[in-house]
Amino acid sequence: TCGGTPWLRLRYPKCTAPGPLRDLVAILVLPATTFKIKPFMRPINCHGHIMSLFKKRKNTKVTLSAFPFPFSHQMKVKVLSRNPDDYVRETKLDIQRVPRNYDPTLHPFEVSREYTRALNATKLERVFAKPFLASLDGHRDGVNCMAKHTKSLSTLLSGSCDGQVKVWNLTKRECVRTLQAHEGFVRGMVVRSCGTSFFTVGDDKTIKHWKMEAPGYGEEEEPLNTILGKTVFTGLDHHQKDAVFATCGQQVDIWDERRSSPIRSFTWGVDSFSAVRFNPVETELLASCASDRSIVLYDMRESAPLKKVIMTMRSNTLCWNPMEAYYFTCSNEDYNLYTYDMRYLDQPVTVHMDHVSAVLDVDYSPTGKEFVSASFDKTIRIFPKDGGHSREVYHTKRMQHVICIKWSADNKYILSGSDEMNIRLWKANAAEKLGVLAPRERQATNYSQKLKEKFQHHPQIRRIAHHRHLPKSLYHQTKELRVMKEARRKKYVNVRKHSRPGSVPLLSEKEKHVVTVVK
Amino acid sequence: MASLGGEALTVTHVEKKKKQPPARYWEDPPQQAGNGDNNRGTDGEQAGRQTEQQTPKAKKRKENEDRGDGNKFLSGKADRFPGPAPIPEDRLQKFKRKEKMKKPRRQHYKLKDMIARSEENSEMSQIQAARLDLLLPEDAGFLEGDEGEDTCTISQEDIAESVDITSKTKYFDLKLSQFGPYRVDYSQTGRQVLLGGRRGHIACIDWQSKQLTCEINVMESVNDVKWLHSEAMYAVAQKKWLHIYDSNGIELHCIRKFNDVLRMQFLPYHFLLATASATSFLQYLDVSVGKEVAAICTKTGRLDVMCQNPQNAVIHLGHANGTVTLWTPNQKEALVKMLCHHGAVRSVAVDKTGTYMVTSGMDKKLKVFDIRTFKPLKSYFLPAGASCLSLSQRGLLSAATGDIVQVYRDVWSTPVTKPYMAHRVQKTVWGTHFCPFEDVLGVGHGDGFTSMLIPGAGEPNIDGLDANPFRSAKQRQEWEVKALLEKVQPELISLNPTELGMVDRAASEIKHQDRVKALGFDPLAKVKFVPKYKKKGRSSSGNIEKRKRQVGHEDQRDDIRKTAEDRVKIEKERRQKEKKEAVLSSQKSALDRFRK
Repeated sequence: TCGGTPWLRLRYPKCTAPGPLRDLVAILVLPATTFKIKPFMRPINCHGHIMSLFKKRKNTKVTLSAFPFPFSHQMKVKVLSRNPDDYVRETKLDIQRVPRNYDPTLHPFEVSREYTRALNATKLERVFAKPFLASLDGHRDGVNCMAKHTKSLSTLLSGSCDGQVKVWNLTKRECVRTLQAHEGFVRGMVVRSCGTSFFTVGDDKTIKHWKMEAPGYGEEEEPLNTILGKTVFTGLDHHQKDAVFATCGQQVDIWDERRSSPIRSFTWGVDSFSAVRFNPVETELLASCASDRSIVLYDMRESAPLKKVIMTMRSNTLCWNPMEAYYFTCSNEDYNLYTYDMRYLDQPVTVHMDHVSAVLDVDYSPTGKEFVSASFDKTIRIFPKDGGHSREVYHTKRMQHVICIKWSADNKYILSGSDEMNIRLWKANAAEKLGVLAPRERQATNYSQKLKEKFQHHPQIRRIAHHRHLPKSLYHQTKELRVMKEARRKKYVNVRKHSRPGSVPLLSEKEKHVVTVVK
Repeated sequence: MASLGGEALTVTHVEKKKKQPPARYWEDPPQQAGNGDNNRGTDGEQAGRQTEQQTPKAKKRKENEDRGDGNKFLSGKADRFPGPAPIPEDRLQKFKRKEKMKKPRRQHYKLKDMIARSEENSEMSQIQAARLDLLLPEDAGFLEGDEGEDTCTISQEDIAESVDITSKTKYFDLKLSQFGPYRVDYSQTGRQVLLGGRRGHIACIDWQSKQLTCEINVMESVNDVKWLHSEAMYAVAQKKWLHIYDSNGIELHCIRKFNDVLRMQFLPYHFLLATASATSFLQYLDVSVGKEVAAICTKTGRLDVMCQNPQNAVIHLGHANGTVTLWTPNQKEALVKMLCHHGAVRSVAVDKTGTYMVTSGMDKKLKVFDIRTFKPLKSYFLPAGASCLSLSQRGLLSAATGDIVQVYRDVWSTPVTKPYMAHRVQKTVWGTHFCPFEDVLGVGHGDGFTSMLIPGAGEPNIDGLDANPFRSAKQRQEWEVKALLEKVQPELISLNPTELGMVDRAASEIKHQDRVKALGFDPLAKVKFVPKYKKKGRSSSGNIEKRKRQVGHEDQRDDIRKTAEDRVKIEKERRQKEKKEAVLSSQKSALDRFRK
């Protein structure tokens, strides 16, 4: 009855039913091609397959007798006929069905469309770049130092130039405690690693140890311990684990918390120090910035300093990279920041340029990929750890010289304390949306992020992504600085040209700023 | 513990024969399998003996290896298909974007790392896409005749008889003898068909449900009709101006800048409507903002043959002198001029992959070109000549010869002798268009419109995020917003659409020229020496001239020194050569002693 058996054999090679049944299959299958039997619906036995065919036919309301027999042509034909049920959602409660076909010929202009998306994403990023979140006011003098709480993300401590220390709750953006810690400046502040107490040093030559909890009702605000030193202390840092802390002033002192005199003092020539920092990984190592333009490295277990590098200008503060703790970055008076490898001090790894005035403070992000710097030019800049120029600059009309800066431990916020008595809260990523993101939203952000990365070198995208509005004064200062630098370079080139060959070496930017390394 | 006696017993023991597992087709014939089992058994025994002799450490290592071996299951049976399933090479090739990059020469470790990682990613995505290809729900249609029967002899009625009911309804005829002949255009998704009658009749039809969306008569001759980006708007080239209507038949715009338009093409990703006019102007209209992007005077006479390359949005125009020219909105001249026919070009079509161009001319020839190399591939002679060419998504070519529509298969790969399908309509064909994602060819002719079934014409698997025939109103709105957001700018149209993703390796000279252009001066140009003014009569004109000459001489000094050195060198070489020759010539031969 059926002429289509060769094809039947082709598609159903294992159909081994006895004669009549096999014919029945043939009759059924041939017209059923138009109902689109998928090749993977291979029957396990003939009966099962027949049943499935019947099922298929039921909802299309075709009965066995409806088939035209015999065929006028013994041909095989299949025409595309899609069942809308496979493409449209069943009920309104379902999400829409989106069949995909990734065939590249169905999606022409792949690159141009991606480029357009990247361009749009870059523009939107600039539109949404609103980094300023809040200003914490309450200090009655310039904010001179800040300290992150080691255990609580929402707590921040700040000390001002009038000796006051304030404890802030960042989620509520309010001051929860105020204490008069010192007479004169609060020079340094650090929270103990356990987070239950903190230390402050001030201009009144004292080191005070305070409890983190506020005193109960009726109790007086008193430090747990007060150490009276011989000279003014200018900086302070606490050991990562042990009950040991370090101060700097005329010399670098290592203190045991239980003793009232330093367990070790380091000096190297007559100088004063402006900052001291413990290494977060090699916890016995410290580094300090001295006023004789040097950065000195110490080992706490030894009696003498390890080595120092002398630069052309003084460094104000330094910060260790928390992830690759053999790198540290120092903020310098010559408008630059320098990242050094502790093992090879003879030249910095990277010179970070962009500020137009002395850099006062620097802090690394907890990921160690970026750091933020505060400058006398009233701006904050964010640098990638290996990039020579900043990726971001923050400024407001009212923010004056930024004295201290911190990057929050959740990598999302930046806190800056400035001369005009305010602490400002910024987003670390200016265009980031705060709060919980829906999965699709997150996916879309990730996708656009990747696109921006992919097309970042295209001139138009690059121009938009790099454009920052700067205050007029800053803009002109930048231009002026560029002119000065160019003049200096030209002069150096001329000097070199007119000197005996080899007598004036060609110095790279990295080599220019280091005078010597002393061991 | 097995004793000798025990072993003897197992041999002599009369037990029931163990049941064999049912035979599977993928297995070897049973004898061989049995042998294999035996071998394996003996292997196992040998291995067992070896492990007994080995040290405990080695034993442990062996066990670990066994466990780590992915080819074995917990039951101890070997995995028959270890590793990931193999993917056929041709399928992988389908998703290949570009060749692997050359490794950078110098030690750019960061760049090397980046390239390696991105290549890894692209390879993975290629493999995944190829794997996903296996899961696509639909297969393409096909038509095979009986032994010794040509498929072109199978009539549309027969096909319609033997396919399912829904497909059967896709073969139909609209008798519209009043306002013919008709131009045809299907929308991007293939749901709607737009008919434009020569004498002013316009109709939009949801052709699957046979519902008329709108029908108007513009009371003017209609040259061409074209859907814009969605089913909501279409453009009509009328006697004088270009008009845009919406799906209710309301005239939205009359664009007076576009006059005497004969043919139109819509570039969906650029939102550009390209029009070719009788005054030999090629004009581009940005339909998203309604502005004319470019107007190019082609200076080639009446333009009534036009098509687009869907891969790179280049417009192909056919001319009366037998040439086909390629155009973009960015250039006032043609990108390419190809002489294709001896006689006027009647029709042009470019396939979906942008690889092949098919042309037909007054010389009654049908030619296939590779437009990557601009070389002719095939040339066919059609006795009647083909008027309307159109290519389907899967590469079927329809050619209209008078009132017969012929469909050819594989015109570029194999020499074709017979059409794949043929169909006669009532009057002369005026427009053909394959419906996207369907096995349907729409034919507009003098007596109306015919929808033909062409098995294997349409792309079987749709992409829901692009042109989705089953999209809801909400999905369409979302798609429209997204499509508008990623509208490709007309400046990006070029012959190579991936040019944007490549490194611009402009020569340093060109870069320098660009820099000079941007700056307004040449930064590397040598400053002309201006002598300093000196007092006390030292700056007399003669003195100044002397100083200038001094500087000029200094500039030349290096060149002079070099040429002098070269000269000395050449002289030295010449002398050495002479010396050598002299030595050679002065060498004594053995016969010299006989010389007097």
